[in-house]
Amino acid sequence: MRLPLSLLAALGAAVLSGLAAVGRVTLFALATFRHMLSPPFYGREFLVALGNVGWLSLPVVGLTAFFTGGALALQIYAGGARFDAQAVVPQIVALGMVRELGPVLVGLMIAARVTSSIAAEIATMKVTEQIDALVTLSTHPMKYLTVPRVLAGIVAVPLLVGLGDIIGIFGGFTVGVQSLGFNPSVYIRNTWDFLEPLDVISSLVKGLAFGFIATLMGCYAGMRSGRGAQGVGRATKASVEGASVLILAANFLLTGVFFSL
Amino acid sequence: MIELAGVTKSFGANRVLAGVDLSVGRGRSLVVIGGSGTGKSVLLKCILGLEAPDAGRITVDGRDAATGDREAFLACFGMLFQGGALFDSLPVWQNVSFRLLRGALKRPRAEAREIAIEKLRRVGLSPDVADKVPAELSGGMQKRVGLARAIAADPQIIFFDEPTTGLDPIMSGVINDLIREIVSEMGATALTITHDMTSVRAIADEVAMLHGGVIRWTGPVAALDASGDPYVDQFIHGRAEGPIAALR
Ligand SMILES: Nc1ncnc2c1ncn2[C@@H]1O[C@H](COP(=O)(O)OP(=O)(O)OP(=O)(O)O)[C@@H](O)[C@H]1O
Ligand SMILES: [Mg+2]
Repeated sequence: MRLPLSLLAALGAAVLSGLAAVGRVTLFALATFRHMLSPPFYGREFLVALGNVGWLSLPVVGLTAFFTGGALALQIYAGGARFDAQAVVPQIVALGMVRELGPVLVGLMIAARVTSSIAAEIATMKVTEQIDALVTLSTHPMKYLTVPRVLAGIVAVPLLVGLGDIIGIFGGFTVGVQSLGFNPSVYIRNTWDFLEPLDVISSLVKGLAFGFIATLMGCYAGMRSGRGAQGVGRATKASVEGASVLILAANFLLTGVFFSL
Repeated sequence: MIELAGVTKSFGANRVLAGVDLSVGRGRSLVVIGGSGTGKSVLLKCILGLEAPDAGRITVDGRDAATGDREAFLACFGMLFQGGALFDSLPVWQNVSFRLLRGALKRPRAEAREIAIEKLRRVGLSPDVADKVPAELSGGMQKRVGLARAIAADPQIIFFDEPTTGLDPIMSGVINDLIREIVSEMGATALTITHDMTSVRAIADEVAMLHGGVIRWTGPVAALDASGDPYVDQFIHGRAEGPIAALR
């Protein structure tokens, strides 16, 4: 009798703390928007963040997308061969990359690369009293640290996703033409004719949402960091976990929304 | 004029401040002494609103520090943190002139740099330090950059958390003179934490001793040696024996 009760209590506590975390993240997101809409705006910090989130993520995004697109072409070819449908490779690669894999892969890569570095940087600033110092220098940490990074995520990640889509399709094209015997111009025409504007729009909207989530979670975990090196480590881990789970959940929701359109 | 009445602050079960009453007159220099871990840094953070006190009232020039216009309140403050708290992503001169590069006090970059180099000179640092990043400096140099940043915008109220810790005796003397000068020539109000009795005598108009979460003794610096308080006596003479336990 005792065991089930304590199990239930533990479950209840976990649910409650989960809900509390959701509430805190929501409030943090609202505060970010509020600070975004009121001056001052720190342009220099925004440009630096844009470089970190966007430009420096290009290599990892490009490589991930290329290899995934290539592998996807092989799998679809193998699967399609079972019912004589090898010819659909270009169409399915394009659809798979643009609607699903492009945004998700880029989102997760950004969570690994950008969320973690934002969280570690801000947490270290918190631990070494740099955030307190900002306040005493009449600078709001949300405006100076969070807003530029989140804005950079919102601007840069959709662009990265668009680029990832193209590179992924190119990966499929390379494999298709080099080893599966597709005619290059037919491959390109089939891809181009098949994709609809809504596919591309859904890809970019997902990118926007994932960029927001990834940068927001980095800032949130960093700002809430505990004391010491351990606090920084925990904040970094929590930020990547939170961002990854939220990105996949948002992907599920957004896919549902676009599916019903 | 800074006034504290009945300020308390606990971290969980750890009751750090248990009813602090303190006042610093405008243009005066108060030094707070007290054992390590007694809550001196927490006291400064409460006044600045970086930590929220659990109870009590803090007023600056009659205005409540917690409510009211935080912008205007912070605009007249300068703070040297115990650990320096320099921004490691910015070069030294941009740390020093942080306030002058953005916000209400914004100046042209060249002018802000000039001021930064001038403030660095005042804390005994040569101009070639200006373009280094904080990680390239020694602990004592970082402390002095933090000091230069605290005074960069000529604040009316300045808090120094252990300004001479980690400095050699000559540099300590330079910093003591600087703090004295800021108070007597620029009319600033200063609240300094230090363990260095030479500094106390060089900087202070008044001295307050924090112990057991309350102000144990306060009085003019001239009365420090004849305070008649066994806690103060033990502290200023650095005796291991006395009412203050060595283990805390
Ligand atoms: N953010 C915090 N969370 C939990 N405890 C804290 C926090 N800040 C300070 N404390 C505790 O408050 C007490 C006083 O700390 P404080 O830093 O004010 O000491 P101090 O008097 O400045 O000591 P020192 O002379 O060594 O700098 C310590 O016991 C410390 O552990
Ligand atoms: Mg301290």
